[in-house]
Amino acid sequence: MAQMTMIQAITDALRNELKNDENVLVFGEDVGVNGGVFRATEGLQKEFGEDRVFDTPLAESGIGGLAVGLSLQGFRPVPEIQFFGFVYEVMDSISGQLARMSFRSAGHFHAPVTIRSPFGGGVATPEMHADSLEGLMAQQPGLKVVIPSGPYDAKGLLISSIRDEDPVIFLEHMKLYRSFREEVPEEEYTIPLGKADVKKEGTDLSIITYGAMVRESLKAAEELEKEGHSVEVIDLRTVQPLDVETIISSVEKTNRAIVVQEAQRQAGVAANVVAEITERAILSLEAPVLRVAAPDTIYPYAQGENTWLPGAKDIVETAKKVLEF
Amino acid sequence: MAQKKANAFDPEQNLREIEDKFEMLQVLNEEGEIVNKEMDPGMSDEQLTELMTRMVWTRILDQRSISLNRQGRLGFYAPTAGQEASQLASQYALEKDDFILPGYRDVPQIVFHGLPLEQAFLWSRGHFHGSDVPDGVNIFLPQIIIGAQYIQAAGVALGKQKRGEKSVVITYTGDGGTSQGDFYEGINFAGAFNSPAIFIIQNNQYAISTPRSLQTKAKTLAQKGIAAGIPSVLVDGMDPLAVYAVTQQARERALNGGGPTLIETMCYRYGPHTMAGDDPTRYRTSETDSEWEKRDPLIRFRKYLESKGLWNEEKENEVIERAKEEIKAAIKKADAAPKQKVSDFLNIMYRGEMPENVKEQLDIYTAKESK
Repeated sequence: MAQMTMIQAITDALRNELKNDENVLVFGEDVGVNGGVFRATEGLQKEFGEDRVFDTPLAESGIGGLAVGLSLQGFRPVPEIQFFGFVYEVMDSISGQLARMSFRSAGHFHAPVTIRSPFGGGVATPEMHADSLEGLMAQQPGLKVVIPSGPYDAKGLLISSIRDEDPVIFLEHMKLYRSFREEVPEEEYTIPLGKADVKKEGTDLSIITYGAMVRESLKAAEELEKEGHSVEVIDLRTVQPLDVETIISSVEKTNRAIVVQEAQRQAGVAANVVAEITERAILSLEAPVLRVAAPDTIYPYAQGENTWLPGAKDIVETAKKVLEF
Repeated sequence: MAQKKANAFDPEQNLREIEDKFEMLQVLNEEGEIVNKEMDPGMSDEQLTELMTRMVWTRILDQRSISLNRQGRLGFYAPTAGQEASQLASQYALEKDDFILPGYRDVPQIVFHGLPLEQAFLWSRGHFHGSDVPDGVNIFLPQIIIGAQYIQAAGVALGKQKRGEKSVVITYTGDGGTSQGDFYEGINFAGAFNSPAIFIIQNNQYAISTPRSLQTKAKTLAQKGIAAGIPSVLVDGMDPLAVYAVTQQARERALNGGGPTLIETMCYRYGPHTMAGDDPTRYRTSETDSEWEKRDPLIRFRKYLESKGLWNEEKENEVIERAKEEIKAAIKKADAAPKQKVSDFLNIMYRGEMPENVKEQLDIYTAKESK
């Protein structure tokens, strides 16, 4: 076992898969010599050569199209989009092409592509870099959307994503890259996609969340426990598909739930979780299911982001409304 | 079987011939001597002094911005040293009515086009007052999405055409930007509509870490304009007179109905891509750095102006001191900007009627903020 940051765990997973399968290709803007702007691909070009790990010309749409074409040639592309705020440039390749590969060809073609990208906020990037666009991806049938909340999950989930036969959007929260370390096994392991993780068990309230909000929710749970509330925290790990079974059995036990996302409130993942709960477990509920989310604006300018982003304090406040309902 | 005709058509030869025509234009050599009299734009003494003043001022702005960034007082910053001729001589060829669509490194041009310096600093810091462009300043915000400004420039240019305005649009991207689809769409649309646009590629050799050689097989970036059917030139981007001359010519052409022009300015960024952790020693050698520094735009322009008796150390020091004072004053103003609130963000979301969800959230956040 080694103590790793999330970025190290991601590099480790990429190295593992480059070794494991000669069809795995890692490419994108500045991923070669530079090792990526966040250093996720540090040392990989040196170790595996320019044939397997390479820089592309600067064009997100080009990177997406290349991934489609390489998958037609039987490769397993793992492209990087430098910042997920740039995803709009490659939306046609993702939603218009990759997501439809199997469907359009009656299952003849498929796209085992894993698009990795830093997302989320709280690290004072220039405008249009930070954002939480997982809802946009989750709305597209044909894609799986994976969001690790820490180093251990990042490695296991990334290996599973790369081995998946269909396109996966793998979103890496920028604030989690280096904010803490965890024990990460040096050998390979997988974590199944579509399976949530109960981070902490409890009986009075379920907090359902993912990504950087997992730690905020755990902090909030600690706060609430001090006041005598037993709180369960569920990390979705995959926002599409949702692990409905884990969500529902938790809510049937606690009878109260809140859903926490860093993304803006309108539409989105949390709304979908609330819908699943009300459709499947309304008779178990003792209170409305409330959401904690960012306000419905464009992701704000760097100096204003910390007042805009939801955090433990907002989670406690909303949790109390539900607990005291 | 018919005999194969030898070299009836040679596409490789065709390509070579086109590529060979793109020689780098230069007016002022590295020693500050005029090497191409025919191309000398014939700037007045006053104009020469003003352009030199702007270049020195901007070099100081770059140095101060880097140090302010290191002190945590600036936020996002993309260094400009090495690109002063490319940025400022092209902007100097414009009139106030001309519209600039800058890339994220092109802050000096928009400051000289009228954006108050404290607003440029606030934009860097990530404060929305920085982006609230004063009325009458003909610029768009520095573009973050690489290449997006190119196709937008075609739109502004078409708008000017439809309104019969006697002015042009100028936009800037880098060598990396020429790989984006928006780049090709921009030059093609402006060509198709024959719109008054000037497209500048500041080829500073690296897109973050990726060298120009990995962007394209094309020998020059300027030649990309040929496919769009628009006049295209390659110019020494560290030579202020050459940059001014080709921009001025492109502007005249556009105003006279000749349509868009593509200009590649060959230059170098001395600093990192941005101050957010980029380390150029990972992808460039110090030998390459010093090769380019020998071509420095300030050195050659200073020599030229000195030879004409227009510049001396005293004058330069005056400009340096003035720049430092202005920067200090602008930072002070930027420091006084009010803290951004969530209600501020909600309030600027829509120009028209506020949707219900935003109204509801505005009430909630306003109440919280007043506590």
